[in-house]
Amino acid sequence: MAQLSLKSKLAILSDAAKYDASCASSGSSRRDSRDGKGLGSNEGSGICHAYAPDGRCISLLKILMTNFCIYDCSYCVNRVSSNVPRARFSVDEIVRLTIDFYRRNYIEGLFLSSGIIRSPDATMSDMVQIARKLRRQENFRGYIHLKTIPDAAPELIEEAGLLADRLSINVELPTDTSVTRFAPEKSPQQIRQAMANVRVLKDSAKDRSHTGKRPPRFAPAGQSTQMIIGADGSNDTMVLRQSTRLYASYRLKRVYYSAFSPIPDSSDKLPLISPPLLREHRLYQADWLLRFYGFALDEITSATPDGNLDLQIDPKLAWALQHRGLFPMDVNTADKDMLLRIPGFGVKTVNRILTTRRHRHLRYEDLLRMGALMKKARAFVTAGGWSPSKLTDSADLRARFAPPPEQLSLL
Amino acid sequence: MTQHMTVPRIGAAAAWRDAARGLLSRGTPPEHVTWGDDAMARGLFDETPAPIQPSEIRVHRSFVSLANSVVWHNDPQRFSRLYHMLWRLQSQPLLIGDRGDPAMAKLRAMEKNVHRCQHKMKAFVRFREIGDPAAPRRSFAAWFEPTHHTVEPTARFFQRRFGDMDWRILTPDVSVFCEGGALRFDTDRPKPDLPDDAHEDLWVTYFRNIFNPARLKVQAMQSEMPKKYWKNMPEAESIPELISTAPARARAMAQAAPTLPPARMAQVQAMQRRNLSSWGGPISDLPAAVHTCTRCPLHATATQAVPGEGPTNADLVIVGEQPGDQEDLRGKPFVGPAGQVFDEVAKRAGLDRNTVYITNAVKHFKFVPRGKRRIHQRPNVSEIEHCAWWLDAELKLVSPRLVLAMGAVAAKALTGSEANISNRRGTVERGRLGSAVLITYHPSYILRLSDKAKREQTIADLQDDLRLAVQEARDPGNPKRPDN
Repeated sequence: MAQLSLKSKLAILSDAAKYDASCASSGSSRRDSRDGKGLGSNEGSGICHAYAPDGRCISLLKILMTNFCIYDCSYCVNRVSSNVPRARFSVDEIVRLTIDFYRRNYIEGLFLSSGIIRSPDATMSDMVQIARKLRRQENFRGYIHLKTIPDAAPELIEEAGLLADRLSINVELPTDTSVTRFAPEKSPQQIRQAMANVRVLKDSAKDRSHTGKRPPRFAPAGQSTQMIIGADGSNDTMVLRQSTRLYASYRLKRVYYSAFSPIPDSSDKLPLISPPLLREHRLYQADWLLRFYGFALDEITSATPDGNLDLQIDPKLAWALQHRGLFPMDVNTADKDMLLRIPGFGVKTVNRILTTRRHRHLRYEDLLRMGALMKKARAFVTAGGWSPSKLTDSADLRARFAPPPEQLSLL
Repeated sequence: MTQHMTVPRIGAAAAWRDAARGLLSRGTPPEHVTWGDDAMARGLFDETPAPIQPSEIRVHRSFVSLANSVVWHNDPQRFSRLYHMLWRLQSQPLLIGDRGDPAMAKLRAMEKNVHRCQHKMKAFVRFREIGDPAAPRRSFAAWFEPTHHTVEPTARFFQRRFGDMDWRILTPDVSVFCEGGALRFDTDRPKPDLPDDAHEDLWVTYFRNIFNPARLKVQAMQSEMPKKYWKNMPEAESIPELISTAPARARAMAQAAPTLPPARMAQVQAMQRRNLSSWGGPISDLPAAVHTCTRCPLHATATQAVPGEGPTNADLVIVGEQPGDQEDLRGKPFVGPAGQVFDEVAKRAGLDRNTVYITNAVKHFKFVPRGKRRIHQRPNVSEIEHCAWWLDAELKLVSPRLVLAMGAVAAKALTGSEANISNRRGTVERGRLGSAVLITYHPSYILRLSDKAKREQTIADLQDDLRLAVQEARDPGNPKRPDN
């Protein structure tokens, strides 16, 4: 086979990596290179260096080490039965590319993933070697995210966690049955064991030794995972139940939902659909309500009988419309927990309300200036100079928020 | 009488703070002050106040950080808005937390604009290399057009980030140079002619390929990456084309008929099946299962399969090559001439054969008949890989602390590597399944050596390795692993 140029390898291996949604570079340990001996910094908040026309942020150089893979997962562009062109980067090529891109301020760091070649250990050990070279040889202090391979040896995972900011392992699909069906070589139990192992290693890296010395930090930006939405028959309740379990069991920083998207040379086992982008968006909204707004899982999923979220309106609004008896709420007296449940109020708005109402009475215009989306919220609140009166209980309230009905096409 | 205060473009934060402090300590109300930067003409009747020693002013610290951001806004009213707020805060300190107050809300919005502009600058500056890439300190330059005066407050971010290189960011307003780690600012530099950079092409390649044409969300992209920044970003040139061809590309993917899997798939999957032993019975059933094995053609010519032998809770598993003539007849491992050499060296090394599990990489004897004798043949890769099914099952059931690989075939079966044994002996490698594997010679190698000195040396080496194996299996302290 003719030798591929670096450019064609980059084209093949970034194309193969784009189905991983994560591109976060935030929440790691603070560090910089003011000492002049290294390159890179990390200041807590992530930076998106560009946006692709798919609306996704480009923060990291997201590539595969190789897209050769011995597994045959139906949803994956790199499965062994696919005829996409294959390529493989050498360790040094990835190291140089990362450093050169970083110096030109294109990226925050590297997100390295790989197809499984030869054996899981061999693949993981090459990935660890890339991270080690970046850290030790190039003194790179930017962000590194490594996709770990579930059945790789524990020592490799441990070294990976000491070198990288974030580790992730994809659970792939919302239920074990679907994983076994569409990813026959992967074992859901093994994936969970690997996540458990990362959590244990991260927890134990917090314990000081008897002399009070802190051990080196293990994956300071935590671990994350990804679930493909819409490839199998799971409904949103199953998806969210799985993610609440993952957040609780393995202290995940994020569960990414990735709408199943058409891939080149798709498998006949999984017919292509147009990606359910709106469903993906609603799942992220529900995920946020569960983690930051104090909602319980069944409060969100009980809104519709089929266990899926309402696609026309957001889950918080859906909940509020079902519980109109609790509204309107007085912004000058309601508890924090209840303020968080008002549609159109975010966490920041609620905090601003709480600080200001300590010393004065809030009016409708104040809420506007504090960043509340009053178009949504006004049916559910009372404030100085504003009462929704009959609006809260009006029969057409839902219709005010839902998108207008669409005329079906004749053809 | 109106006083005019001029705040310079470089160092505006400190200059405004000093001026505001001075005015406030003299009790000058905001209506009596006009503000401007050094690019602005002053009023006809404005006078410059004599500098005075400011007294101490107390204000909430969140106002200090608010002011430190708002001074960089491009609103000509910024300095006077800040001074108005500072004046009001003296009598109404609670105002600082009030997002409902219109003036405060305006200042907070301006603060947010500046933060966003700083953030976009951190994200969208694109450097080109202007020096020698092999120089100890490489140098880079960028041309950027920020919306607000954000170069100065953002320069430290780049200083923290690019500690080991020289860089400069030139803008129509204030430009910054970082040489040897020190920052220098300058104003009104012309737009430079930066040299081409080959990495831009790679970056554009990356940008084009990381885009998924099946999920077009142009609005989401543009709200985060407004068009005003596009002219200085090399990747932005491809955006119109990517958008216009996306629907057709997505359609083509959906309409393409499923293809037949490539030829190598069967090969890969066969290899995988060989790699993973899914034999899951209890260890007591293993010998019987090995006896019925027909995974490779060797079973047809050998007398019998020879399974491993020894305690199933052993800390050490020793793996040889394959049964020989004697082993094939008796159905036990290591009982022929090589087995006798092994026993002798093991005794000297303090290894008790009854405490270890001993087996072979290949369970059937491979030979060519010659007259009345059977001549040993080295098993080929396919036979080794087929038989790894059983070896892996044995290792899984015994789960030893250390595996000793004797000879090239055992080393290949356990680590997958066929590299030269004399270079690897005495070192611990990682096996295919993650176990620690110590490499040494096969005892039959000693039988084949005719040179006496070399033979003595090899025996000594084997003895050292066996002793090391006993130690490591008892206490796997820190196995030496070759640094890859």
